[in-house]
Amino acid sequence: MATALDITAFAADDIRGIGTDPNLLRKEIPWPRLFTAEEMRIVTALGDIIIPADEYGPAASAVGVPDFIDEWVSAPYEEQQKDLKAIRAGLAWIDGEAKTRSGKGFAECDAARQVAIVEDIVKDGTPARKAGYNFFKLFRDRVAGGYFSTQEGWKAIGYTGNVPLSEFPGPTPEALKHVGLA
Amino acid sequence: MAFLNTSRTRAARYDVVVVGSGAAGGMAALTLAKAGAKVLMLEAGRKYDPVTETPMFQTNADAPLRGANTPDKPYGFFDATIGGWVVKGEPYTVKNKASEQWQDGTFAKRDATDQNFMWWRSRMLGGRTNHWGRVSLRMGPDDFKPRSTDGLGVDWPISYEDIAPFYDRTDQIVGIFGSKEGLRNDPDSDFFHTPPKPRAYELLFQRGAKKLGIRVISSRVAVLTKPMPGRAPCFYATPCSRGCSIGAAFQSTTSLIPYALETGNLDVITNAHVREVTLDARGRANGVHFFDKESGKEEHVAARAVVLGASACESARILFNSRSARFANGLGNSTGHLGRWLADSTAGDMSGQIPALENMPLHNEDGVSFPHLYAPWSDVQARSAKAAGSPRGYYTTFGGGRRMPGGSVSLGPNGGALFGTKLKEEARRYFGSFVSAAGRGEMVPNEHCFAEIDPVKKDRFGIPVLRFHWKWNDYEVRQVEHMQRTFAEMIEAAGGKITRQPIKDATSVMTAGGSVNHEMGVTRMSAKAADGVTNPFSGVWDCPNIAVADAGVFASSPYKNPTLTIMALAIRASEHLLAGVKDGSISAPA
Repeated sequence: MATALDITAFAADDIRGIGTDPNLLRKEIPWPRLFTAEEMRIVTALGDIIIPADEYGPAASAVGVPDFIDEWVSAPYEEQQKDLKAIRAGLAWIDGEAKTRSGKGFAECDAARQVAIVEDIVKDGTPARKAGYNFFKLFRDRVAGGYFSTQEGWKAIGYTGNVPLSEFPGPTPEALKHVGLA
Repeated sequence: MAFLNTSRTRAARYDVVVVGSGAAGGMAALTLAKAGAKVLMLEAGRKYDPVTETPMFQTNADAPLRGANTPDKPYGFFDATIGGWVVKGEPYTVKNKASEQWQDGTFAKRDATDQNFMWWRSRMLGGRTNHWGRVSLRMGPDDFKPRSTDGLGVDWPISYEDIAPFYDRTDQIVGIFGSKEGLRNDPDSDFFHTPPKPRAYELLFQRGAKKLGIRVISSRVAVLTKPMPGRAPCFYATPCSRGCSIGAAFQSTTSLIPYALETGNLDVITNAHVREVTLDARGRANGVHFFDKESGKEEHVAARAVVLGASACESARILFNSRSARFANGLGNSTGHLGRWLADSTAGDMSGQIPALENMPLHNEDGVSFPHLYAPWSDVQARSAKAAGSPRGYYTTFGGGRRMPGGSVSLGPNGGALFGTKLKEEARRYFGSFVSAAGRGEMVPNEHCFAEIDPVKKDRFGIPVLRFHWKWNDYEVRQVEHMQRTFAEMIEAAGGKITRQPIKDATSVMTAGGSVNHEMGVTRMSAKAADGVTNPFSGVWDCPNIAVADAGVFASSPYKNPTLTIMALAIRASEHLLAGVKDGSISAPA
C-alpha cells in the first residue's frame, strides 16, 4: 500500500511572498524593492510633509517610513501591486507638477514650495485635481499607518499599551470623568 | 508551563486513534489518556509549540507590511494559523454565485465574494485553537430543543441537563472568566474566573443599551485571570490571536496536549493526514490509513476505536472516503445524512464614532484583547426580530478602544485633507473614539447547505476533496438586517454617530457560508439512526466504535460559539466510547 509522493513539489512555490509558515519572531522581507532612488527621494520628501518633526515626535523619515512604503509597494500581492501602480503614477505626477511650477523636481524644491503644492492638492474640487487628490489620500494613509505603528508613532497618537500588568485597572478616574461616567 | 515534547515513535496498535489535535482532538486525547487508554493522536499539520513560537509583545512594525492580511497569512502576519482559506495542494470546491461554475476555494473577503463557501483550515498542532476568539458561551436549555421552541429544525437527542456536568468539567480544564447573571438560556458557570474591568467605551455601550432594554454583561472568554497549574494568568498585553506563550489564553497546545502527554499514554504524530477509517470483517473500525507527509508514504495504524476530531467538514470527508462494499456511499451515510445540515453562524456589524471619547486622557485599554462586555440575546430583541421574520438569536460584542495601531489609522471626519502637525493632532484627538457593534447569530440548518465529495478533484495525496453547496434562508437575511438596525440604535444610545445607514436588504452583505469558521451539523446526532449520522453519545450509527468529537454532531447551530460545547461533548463522547469498548456494549476488535 506504500505509495511514494513527490512531496517537495509543494514546498517551494511563492518564494517571493511571506509564505504560509514564516518565522513570526523575525522580520524578513523576501521580495526585492522596486522604487528607484529618484522615487525614494520624492517618497521621503512628501512623507515628511505629511508627518513632519514637531512637538509630538520625529518626522516620518526618521523612523523608517520611506523604507516601509517601498517594502509595501514591492510586495508580490494583488493589493500592494495595485498600490504600486497608483503611487508610482502619483509620484511622477507630483514631480511633474513641481517641475512645471519651479523647474525643479519635488524633492529638490524647498519645504515652502512642497507644502504649497500639497495644499493645492487637498483643496478639493476640480476634476483636474481629482487624480492628484486620490493619490495623495492613498499615499498619506500608508505613511500615517507606517508612522503610527512605530513606538515613536505610539507616543504621537497616545497609545500607552503593550506592557504587562498584574491587574487590568480599567479606565482612570480622569477617563471616567471625561466621558461623564464618574 | 508543561513542556510540549511530542515524538514520532509509535506502537503497532493503540486503544484509540484520535484524528485532530484542536479543541475536539485535544480534549478527547486528554480524556482518554487520563483514563488510562493508550492513544495515538494524528495531526495533519506540523508540530507547533506556542512557548517558543509566539510573537509576544512584537509590534506591527516588527512584521512585514505592518502585519497586514495577505493571501499567505489571511488574518495577518502574527495570526497563529498555518493555512487559512487556502491550503496548498489540498483544495476544496465551491460554487461561484456569479458564474454558476465550480471553482477552488480561494483567499477572499468573506462579505464581498462570489464564493458561496469558504473553509478555514489550520495545518498545525492545536489546529484552530491556537488563534480562536476564545468566546466560551454555554448553550442553554432552549438551544438543545429548537424545534420544540419555534417549530424549526430538529431537537437534539440530549438536553442541557445531559451536558451540564461536562460543561463544568470543561470550564475547570479550560479556565474561563465571566460573571454570574442568572439568565435562563445563558447558563452561568460555578468556575468563572473574575472578569476584567470594562473599558470606558464599553461602559458607554452598557449604559446606552440599558435604555433599549438590552442587558450588557461581562464577556465569557477562555483567558485566565488567576493562575492554573502550569499556566500563568493574563498580563493584559499582546493580542491573543497570536497564541499565548504563557498559557493564559486557552489553546490545545498549552492547555490540553501537554497534560495528555504527561500521562505517558499519548503518542502524537504530526504531518499525518488521515485518509480513511478501516473496518474489520465484522464492520467495526480497526484503525486508520494516513499519509505521512514527511516520508510521502501511506501508513496504517491499528486501534480498537477511533475518535474523529478533524473539524466538522474534514471528519465528514474522512467518513465519505471510508467506503467499502458494506458502506458504498461512505461510512455513516446509511441513512443519507452525512455531509447534510451544514451550518455556520451569521455575522453582521455596524461602525460608529463617539464624540465623548475624543481627547481621552491617556490610559492603557489593551485588556485581554477581546471585548470585556457583550450583550446576550434579549427578550426585547427576540420580540422585534420575530416580528421581522427572524426566529433565532444573536449576541452582540462591542469593538473599540485605544488598541495597538496597525498599518491603518483612522484620522477622523477631516481625514481627507489632513497633513502635517494638524494630522498628528487629529489622529491623537480621535484615537480610540471609533467603535463598532458586531453580532454572531444562529442559522436554521436547511437542505440547500451540504458538503459532498467532488466527483473529480483530488488533493495532492490522491484523496477525493469536498465540494460545498450553500444557500442562506430568509431567516438569516432578516436576522442580519435586524442586527444592522439594532447595532445602529446601540451606537446611538451610547452617544455615538453611525458611519453609514443600516442596510435595508442584507442579501448583498451575507457572508460566504463557513467563513465565520463555525462549521457544524454535517454528522449530526439523532435519537434514531434514520435521522442523523451519530447517536446521542456522538458514536457513528453505522459503526459505534467511531466517535465524532467536533461540531459535526451539532443538531442545531446556536449563536453561542461552538468550541466550548465541542470540548464538553468530546469528554462525554470519549468516556462513553472507552467505557463501551471495555464493557463490550460497543463492539470493537479484541
